[in-house]
Amino acid sequence: MTMAPSSPPPPTAASSQQARPERTILRVPEHTVEVVSDSGEGAQKCAQIFGRVSAKMGNGVWTVEIIPAEIQPPARTPESASGNRIRIGTKPVTNWGDHADVVVAFNEQVLLHRHRLGALAEDAIILIEDQWATHDDPDIRKAWADAMEELGQRSYRFIHVPMEEQCLTVTDTPRRGKNMFALGLLAWIYSRDLDKIRELIAQEFRKKAQALYDSNVALLELGHRWAEEHLDFRIQVPAIEADRPRVVMNGNQALALGAIAAGMELCAMYPITPATSASHYLSDIFERFGGLVHQAEDEIAAAGVAVGASFAGKVAFAITSGPGLALKTEFIGLAVMTEIPLVVVDVQRGGPSTGLPTKVEQGDLLAALFGQPGDAPHVVLAPATMEECFLSMTTARRIAEAFRCVVIVLSDANLATGVQPFPRPEVNEQWLAQSPDLGPVREGLRPYEWDPERGLSRRVIPGQPGGMHTVTGLSHDEWSHVGYTPDVHERGCVMRSRKLAVFQQMLRPPLVHGDDAGDLLIVGWGSTLGAIEEAVDRAREEGVAVSSVHLRFLSPLEPGLKEIFRRFKKVMTVEINYSDEPNDPYITDENRRRGQLCWLLRAQTLVDIECWTRVPGEPLRPGQILQAIRGHVPQEVTR
Amino acid sequence: MIDQACSLLSCGPDEDREWTMADYESAAARWCPGCGDHAILTAAQRLLETEQLPPEQTVFISGIGCASRFPHYMNTYGFHGIHGRALPVAIGVKLRRPDLHVFVVMGDGDCCSIGAAHWIHTLRYNPDIVALLLDNGVYGLTKNQTSPTSPKGKASNTQPRGALLPALNPLSATLGVTNASFVAQTGDWVPAHLYATLLAAYRHRGFAFVRILQRCPQYTTDLFEGAVRDPGLIELLVHPDGVAVSELERLYKNQVRHDPADLDAARRLAEPDGKIRLGVFYRNDALPVYEETRAVPTRSHAEKLALLNTELDRHAV
Ligand SMILES: Cc1ncc(C[n+]2csc(CCOP(=O)(O)OP(=O)(O)O)c2C)c(N)n1
Ligand code: SF4
Ligand SMILES: [Mg+2]
Repeated sequence: MTMAPSSPPPPTAASSQQARPERTILRVPEHTVEVVSDSGEGAQKCAQIFGRVSAKMGNGVWTVEIIPAEIQPPARTPESASGNRIRIGTKPVTNWGDHADVVVAFNEQVLLHRHRLGALAEDAIILIEDQWATHDDPDIRKAWADAMEELGQRSYRFIHVPMEEQCLTVTDTPRRGKNMFALGLLAWIYSRDLDKIRELIAQEFRKKAQALYDSNVALLELGHRWAEEHLDFRIQVPAIEADRPRVVMNGNQALALGAIAAGMELCAMYPITPATSASHYLSDIFERFGGLVHQAEDEIAAAGVAVGASFAGKVAFAITSGPGLALKTEFIGLAVMTEIPLVVVDVQRGGPSTGLPTKVEQGDLLAALFGQPGDAPHVVLAPATMEECFLSMTTARRIAEAFRCVVIVLSDANLATGVQPFPRPEVNEQWLAQSPDLGPVREGLRPYEWDPERGLSRRVIPGQPGGMHTVTGLSHDEWSHVGYTPDVHERGCVMRSRKLAVFQQMLRPPLVHGDDAGDLLIVGWGSTLGAIEEAVDRAREEGVAVSSVHLRFLSPLEPGLKEIFRRFKKVMTVEINYSDEPNDPYITDENRRRGQLCWLLRAQTLVDIECWTRVPGEPLRPGQILQAIRGHVPQEVTR
Repeated sequence: MIDQACSLLSCGPDEDREWTMADYESAAARWCPGCGDHAILTAAQRLLETEQLPPEQTVFISGIGCASRFPHYMNTYGFHGIHGRALPVAIGVKLRRPDLHVFVVMGDGDCCSIGAAHWIHTLRYNPDIVALLLDNGVYGLTKNQTSPTSPKGKASNTQPRGALLPALNPLSATLGVTNASFVAQTGDWVPAHLYATLLAAYRHRGFAFVRILQRCPQYTTDLFEGAVRDPGLIELLVHPDGVAVSELERLYKNQVRHDPADLDAARRLAEPDGKIRLGVFYRNDALPVYEETRAVPTRSHAEKLALLNTELDRHAV
């Protein structure tokens, strides 16, 4: 191969010598934007601010981070792609959509990465830094030319933007300032409120120097001016007046604030992606609230510290991801056995093992339910939105205390890093934990005075005169005395299990999205809610008799499922975890390994439930789910 | 708020009550006859009596093993947890309930093998907790397997031709950790020294680590027999800042004056040279205590709600 540069395709935007171009104004109910750069060039910051300002202006928003696996991957490589997708809409946006309509790319390699993943719409408008086309280094010119050839197979519209050249007029370090220039471009295209953006920039750099703020704002305005002078289109995504005050944050921030709203007093953790950012946020603010973050020496110790604090009457939780959940297994079993309230949050990533550290998967469901040796009944719940991340912490805390049990909250990387506006929570005293009673206990009170029907009993906490006893992970009776006889062990098992049944009876059956009966019922859980419901709505518009239910409680399962399933010809789970394809080599109906919720529902309901699952390391796209729906509607009813 | 309530309570109903040894006794201990753990239990009960610790304000936390059965035999609050993990639980208790007196009891497998990470890191955190390592040089409960502190050559069920590796020295290991604040060694067969050491450990402000040489007549009969029979094999560390047991000084002729403030000397004395040294190797009361470093303001519900609203404002659309 020769190293001679082939000439780049000509820019399709008006070049800078021309007068202001004629403008088309595109008015759409929703649009999807991606900003991608090399890791470290700040595309994420740009996109976050764009998302937040859109939320502030009343648009529905959902953002998804594009995260490279390494901190500093080699620049100008597909692996280096870092940034965000932001989907904005007139109505609330509940998922990241199918394809990006507008892309701002800082080089052609990161763009190539998104292109190869099929992330870009057929007619996507791509604003790309063009310095690489004429770069001094022939290798770079060649790479650009090759990439452009590959990208040229699609009908993308390219607009060449001299980002760095422009930024140099304002800053000596254009590589670090480009992101604000890019924000300026987007702000003009989507008519974002510049004052609100300046406010957000101020917040972002509030602890840093004024000079930094000034140069960022100058770059923003520069980008805005450049767009105004050179672009021939603008996009309008009308906003809706919000009827209630709203907040906008990502799922991990929501979990962290939710923990505070729940009255939690201790977060025990060991750093692990994608859970860590929640504890970063808590480390920043928790002490003001009288709480604290304890970074333990490992996840086992983190669980132990939470268990110890809870044993001593404080409200504690541990936050981790899959590998950490595995390490906490033994302590979770101990908390179940000793009936010490414990909340464990698992922000799931791809597994097994170290897996996909930064990417979404729903692969920990069965581990969360059944990871402990022996019979260890406990509650597992899964928030489906950012708002539910916030609410789930109070729910979990209350259940853990009322039922003296373990509650595992399953979030995931999609919720953790995605940003979505939601109604501002109105927290009152009832949300916060009550301080436990430390008064003397009644003479003869047993530490496990189980209600024989319900298995519930009152906690006795160190400090209570007359309540002295030793909790133990060994099989024990109501006195917490160790006993290995069948009656002691079996009774303990019954009591711990019965609590779950009692709790299950307090739950309501899930709501069906769509008609109550039909041909196909999709069942989902966790962060896929928005994508599933969008796909179901689109299929219903096509005339398909499909509905969906979304489960928040996985252990115990919500009541009434069998009754709902009965009303549909076919039931199918949609999940982000692995399952064998029915037609793959060696796969039979008997040996097929199914999606995790599917597995659970089949066992629990004896319904022959189908599953459609994918593990792409990214959120499911509604279009994919729509295709799955089309492919799985029972044949005899499709016309 | 709990802390406030607790302090009210501890000086409340039981203020005039005098606690006796019997108040700290619970179920009859089920260790083998002649097991060193019995004497350690008695010494602990004596300590509580001397210090008049209200049973409800005292917590014994353990892992799994013979030694870890300890809390069941104390009439205090107890936590008999999982193998090797007593220390994190104790940190959780002490971190948010500094009003409680926290004791940890571990075996050598518990502390020096499966829980070794917690051992090192708890030394660093330096919570105000007393930790007792009941070191019998073997896995007792699981019936005679090699432990990290088994002397090289000791036959066990897992290393029947003798322990393959030289024994880990818990004293040197402990003294090597930054922030170690109290390190002592005593033996179950010297009750006066044992008691005095526990007392010094309890009175130390910070993490007090006491290695107790513990006889296991089941599986390591010979381990300390020589020293039990021949006081000449023992060397007492004596100093006004250490433990002073005058009645022992006639029996144990070998004595070395060691200032527990001298870390270098402590490390030298901890090295194995055939002598068994009992006493305080090191103490430093001036090191910051974790639960104090991490003390946070007590907030009322109203304050929390107000702060939460301010925080939500920052995310307001
Ligand atoms: C995770 C785990 N691994 C192994 C065991 C089995 N086990 C119980 S006690 C013990 C060792 C006990 O030795 P040590 O800590 O020295 O205490 P001792 O019995 O000698 O007092 C082992 C290996 C366990 N209970 N849990
Ligand atoms: S086996 Fe050894 S350590 Fe265990 S109780 Fe018996 S004598 Fe004590
Ligand atoms: Mg042992």
